[in-house]
Amino acid sequence: MIKRKDSFSTAQRWWLSFAAGAALLGAASASAQPREGARPNLSGIWQALGTANWELETHAAEQGPVASLGALFAVPPGPGVVVGGEIPYLPAALEQRRKNRELRWTNDPERKCFMPGVPRANYLPYPFQIVQGTNTILLTYEFADAVRIVHMTDPGPAPDYSWMGWSVGRWDADTLVVEVTDQREETWLDRSGNYHSDELRVTERYTLRSPDVLMYEATLEDPKVYSRPWTIRLPLYRHVADNAQLMDFKCIPFAEDLLYSEIGR
Amino acid sequence: MPRLYRSIMSAAIAAALAGSGALAQQSSAPARLEMAPENWKVPRLANGRPDLQGVWTNKSITPFERPEQLGNKEFFTAEEAQEFLRAARERGNRDNRTDDVSDVLNAYNEFWWDSGNALLPNLRTSIVIDPPNGRIPPLTQERRAALDAQRAAVTARCEQPGCAVANSGAMAPADEPQALDLMTRCISFGTTVPMLPTAYNNNYQIVQTDDAIGIVTEMVHQVRRIPTNGNPHLPSHVKQWFGDPRGRWDGDTLVVESTNFKGDFYGRMTAADESLRVVERFTRAGPDVLLYEFTVDDPTAWTAPWSGEIPLVKVDGLLYEYACHEGNRGMENILRAARQEMRDTGR
Repeated sequence: MIKRKDSFSTAQRWWLSFAAGAALLGAASASAQPREGARPNLSGIWQALGTANWELETHAAEQGPVASLGALFAVPPGPGVVVGGEIPYLPAALEQRRKNRELRWTNDPERKCFMPGVPRANYLPYPFQIVQGTNTILLTYEFADAVRIVHMTDPGPAPDYSWMGWSVGRWDADTLVVEVTDQREETWLDRSGNYHSDELRVTERYTLRSPDVLMYEATLEDPKVYSRPWTIRLPLYRHVADNAQLMDFKCIPFAEDLLYSEIGR
Repeated sequence: MPRLYRSIMSAAIAAALAGSGALAQQSSAPARLEMAPENWKVPRLANGRPDLQGVWTNKSITPFERPEQLGNKEFFTAEEAQEFLRAARERGNRDNRTDDVSDVLNAYNEFWWDSGNALLPNLRTSIVIDPPNGRIPPLTQERRAALDAQRAAVTARCEQPGCAVANSGAMAPADEPQALDLMTRCISFGTTVPMLPTAYNNNYQIVQTDDAIGIVTEMVHQVRRIPTNGNPHLPSHVKQWFGDPRGRWDGDTLVVESTNFKGDFYGRMTAADESLRVVERFTRAGPDVLLYEFTVDDPTAWTAPWSGEIPLVKVDGLLYEYACHEGNRGMENILRAARQEMRDTGR
């Protein structure tokens, strides 16, 4: 035994212990990650914190839309989630964004309880649940009962445009990559009028950073609106409370009066 | 208890329709539908639970309630099934044209119905199987009185202009969106709890994990998120449109119990109220069949609980988004027409 031990130099012993330690650390963090078979298990209830839904770019606090409510429902400030800071709008599109922003308190589709589209669904101030099945990953959202069926086997082309788009997923090592196409152009990206056209193509990347933090990245390409692809990056946090569950947020009844007010009584 | 099923469903149906002896039976003996081949084993997930995943349909022309003339007869014989299908086809192919406004009112003709041309593979004479006459029990006196009073109020209101024929087929005041039925409002088509077939979009996708099961209802993209983690129901004062479901395994059967209903329903469940409790049982019965059994218990609405059975059939296809509220021109047009009528009549 002694002889064998002595066969390692001091430096060799140092490296061995370092490697063993690193291996242990690696094993510890790997076992802390929930897994389903060979893949990370992303199932659970998730929600974004922060103010991306108010505005994707960096923004200061502002008075809310209803002055009589004072500090209630004021616009909170946020450091932004756009990688590089700015959305690279084409000049005409930038003008459209300005118009959208002016009319945001009436034109934002969130106000009408319309399905939010992707990526906005993932950073609305409501939880969503990932149900990671065998060949299908379900993303079910509390807001407006929006749902995405992520096909992990090729479903063929989308038959038509839809509010939540056509989601096709694959694993890139431990990252779930979802290509989202064929979204209708009516959805917005936030409450500030950031928008897209029906040529939007979103590439999402979901990576567990720790058991309860899911890093979310979405790259948006839309040659009608942006001069180049751009990316948002934000963490999603797991709801860890014992009684965590998605509840009903059927918002149609909340929107009917305003949608039909000109026609109804 | 689920029945034992032993041979391939499609073969059983083909045999039944061909009138071969395979399913021949005395009319008094209950039919035993054979849905799984002899050597079939329930597919399972890594956790050992039966795998319920896939796209399933409940579309069928099996009557919801048993036609009264059939009494307590639970199953069609092969010959009777053939005759039922023939009559249904004949009804479906009839010429609906009229020369008056009803041509417009009935614009949703048979072309739009997607109930298929088949009975449910159990060859039952109705979806409702208990009470034994296959018909929903009578309402309680109180519930009957409440519904009658509601109807009387609507009838009185609709003697004045400004009413519309809503999706339910009944006259409804078009004074405000909330006065119209849940289907017209894109809130519910009555296909989620229990999962009952309707005119079209009778498709469901089940996605399953160790502690939750998701069921996507294609009709109006309603998703049921069913925890199987043993958590208790929400406190009883918290009400939800489709209740609060809780799942548990009883052997190889997924049992889902839903309570906490808001008490506002559409379709077959319109008479139910807040006391509703629905218990559903999902059992894999064959490679292409998921047996779905449900019991509706609402002691303040009906004089007795009632139960039904639908063998869900696997569909080789995908679910698609069915947006409704986002393009609800129907609501807009109903309200607009009613306002116009009130203006025209000086009301």
